[in-house]
Amino acid sequence: MSAPLLEVRDLSVTFKVAQQGAWPWSAPRLLQAVKDASLVLEPGQTLGLVGESGSGKSSLARAIVGTVPASNGQVLWRGEDVVGMGAARHRTHGRHVQMVFQDPLDALNPRMTVGQIVAEPLRTHFPDLSKAEIRTRVGAMMERVGLLPALVNRYPHEFSGGQCQRIGIARALITEPELVVCDEPVSALDVSVQAQVVNLLQDLQRDMGLALLFIAHDLSVVRHISHRIAVMYLGRIVEAADASDLIAKPRHPYTKALIASVPIPSPKAERSRHRPVLKGELPSPIAPPSGCVFRTRCPIAQPSCAEQIPAVERIGADHLVACPFADLAVT
Amino acid sequence: MPLLEITDLTVSFDTPDGVVKAVNGMTLSLDARESLAIVGESGSGKTQLAFAILGLLAKNGRAAGSVRFEGQEILNLPETALNKVRANEIAMIFQDPMTSLNPYLTVGDQMAEVLILHKGVSKRDALDDSAKMLDAVRIPDARARLSMYPHEFSGGMRQRIMAAMALLCRPKLLIADEPTTALDVTVQNQIMELMADIQREFGTALILITHDLAIVAGSCLRTLVMYGGRVMETGPTDALFEAPSHPYTRGLLNAVPRLDIPQDKLLTIPGDPPDLTDLPAGCPFSPRCPVSHEPCATVMPRLESFDSARLRACHASREAVA
Repeated sequence: MSAPLLEVRDLSVTFKVAQQGAWPWSAPRLLQAVKDASLVLEPGQTLGLVGESGSGKSSLARAIVGTVPASNGQVLWRGEDVVGMGAARHRTHGRHVQMVFQDPLDALNPRMTVGQIVAEPLRTHFPDLSKAEIRTRVGAMMERVGLLPALVNRYPHEFSGGQCQRIGIARALITEPELVVCDEPVSALDVSVQAQVVNLLQDLQRDMGLALLFIAHDLSVVRHISHRIAVMYLGRIVEAADASDLIAKPRHPYTKALIASVPIPSPKAERSRHRPVLKGELPSPIAPPSGCVFRTRCPIAQPSCAEQIPAVERIGADHLVACPFADLAVT
Repeated sequence: MPLLEITDLTVSFDTPDGVVKAVNGMTLSLDARESLAIVGESGSGKTQLAFAILGLLAKNGRAAGSVRFEGQEILNLPETALNKVRANEIAMIFQDPMTSLNPYLTVGDQMAEVLILHKGVSKRDALDDSAKMLDAVRIPDARARLSMYPHEFSGGMRQRIMAAMALLCRPKLLIADEPTTALDVTVQNQIMELMADIQREFGTALILITHDLAIVAGSCLRTLVMYGGRVMETGPTDALFEAPSHPYTRGLLNAVPRLDIPQDKLLTIPGDPPDLTDLPAGCPFSPRCPVSHEPCATVMPRLESFDSARLRACHASREAVA
């Protein structure tokens, strides 16, 4: 069997943060943003990554792209470890993995024209291309994402949020990558524009055979676009399964609570929705709870949850869950 | 007599790029204890509408028309008279609780200030009342929390503090502007439950301003949809979601992915939100409307009633929208 497009094995990301009120020279505390995360992504597939703010989903994405260092674990690109790659090799690898960011305007250099922004990755990764060739490719790509090529000489502030996100997508796709990491690409957009961008990403995926790592806190959007979904809580992947399987048959108590919390735009469905209001908020990742990180908010927590970190178990074909008590009913 | 009656309200701003017309002839009324959701995307004028009611417009803003609260005109009142209305009669909760709370003051001090200023009570009584109110919005260990600073609380807790502060003078109307937008979905649920509890326990009327149709579905009895500073349609929430009568409402409902019903492809509203410096003479939605026809771009449709409790502003027939 050939290696998957992307495989992440036991990846951890740790940040040093200054201690509040401590002396400047005292040892920094460690913030465990991601702990032992593993996932697999096949070509042309979309993996959705959901979790609340502070769950570590952006850190995981950035570690995969290589913009933050991983403290532990492996990121395998077609079987080759990216974490240990030299700088030069890493740069060529960058052509295959591109990123789309959350705030469409902030992610674009305000002093570059749209044409320059979209062309920049081409100039970096294909320095031998002629000017005419770059111009043709940029024009074609702009058209592909639904922007008039005549607008190449405009600046980002002249565009609406939805159009800026299209520019960001054009920039990500110009090197014809195989994987695009989208970090909350639609959460800053209006509902009516959000649907346009989601559809665009799906069309591009189909046409170019792209794999997407789609990060969002909005479970409805993630469910719509993803083939497979991984749920993160406080740095750990607590459950992963095929999208429809995960929504229909969630096993982890956090996934259950998350799904039950999603409001539905139908008054009738809202009235019949069973809402187990999850108590409290995400604990600090600087001092995570011992054992299972979710136990402080878990409706079915057992005394043993405080002692042991639950192992990720395989239930059913492709359904992974990190909770030994997943079968206990939530009351 | 309705609690709040807004007639033909317009709000505009003088900017270097021209006059921004944020609200263009809004009319609405709200009874005591009623809950109304105002739904709109960015640039729909929903927030400026709330700011105009409370006299909070930026310096370059102008409001015209009429806003009556319990029969008394409150639009463009002088600051001193407005201060009596604010907090005592109408209070507001803002989107981002961190930027709305003063980071240099303890929670107790800023809450007590409201009561000392508006009710003239002693500091000790004000702190007592503040603690009781924090308790009412389910902040555990309220007494001890009074001496803490805003940054020591989580996002959800801060929004609870904002709610407690708004309720201190027992206002008759609470305006909540996107109270859950900055919060995670599990916390969002907690805050929406709190809003419902507040209404029940304090008998407050509620205007919930949001871009999120899903939140509206479970919370308010009546819904009003805004676009380009105008009312597109309004009616009982159930009926409006069941059978939207305006192409914009229909489009919004279609564009939201639903967790309970998987869709193949999302139906979109083409185009971008309106440019408020350059609105069409007619319906602001006409450039993006799938059923737009001859008079739409030039003549603004009147808000007309149907099915007893509903209003819509659209030239197209209801059959064409459905």
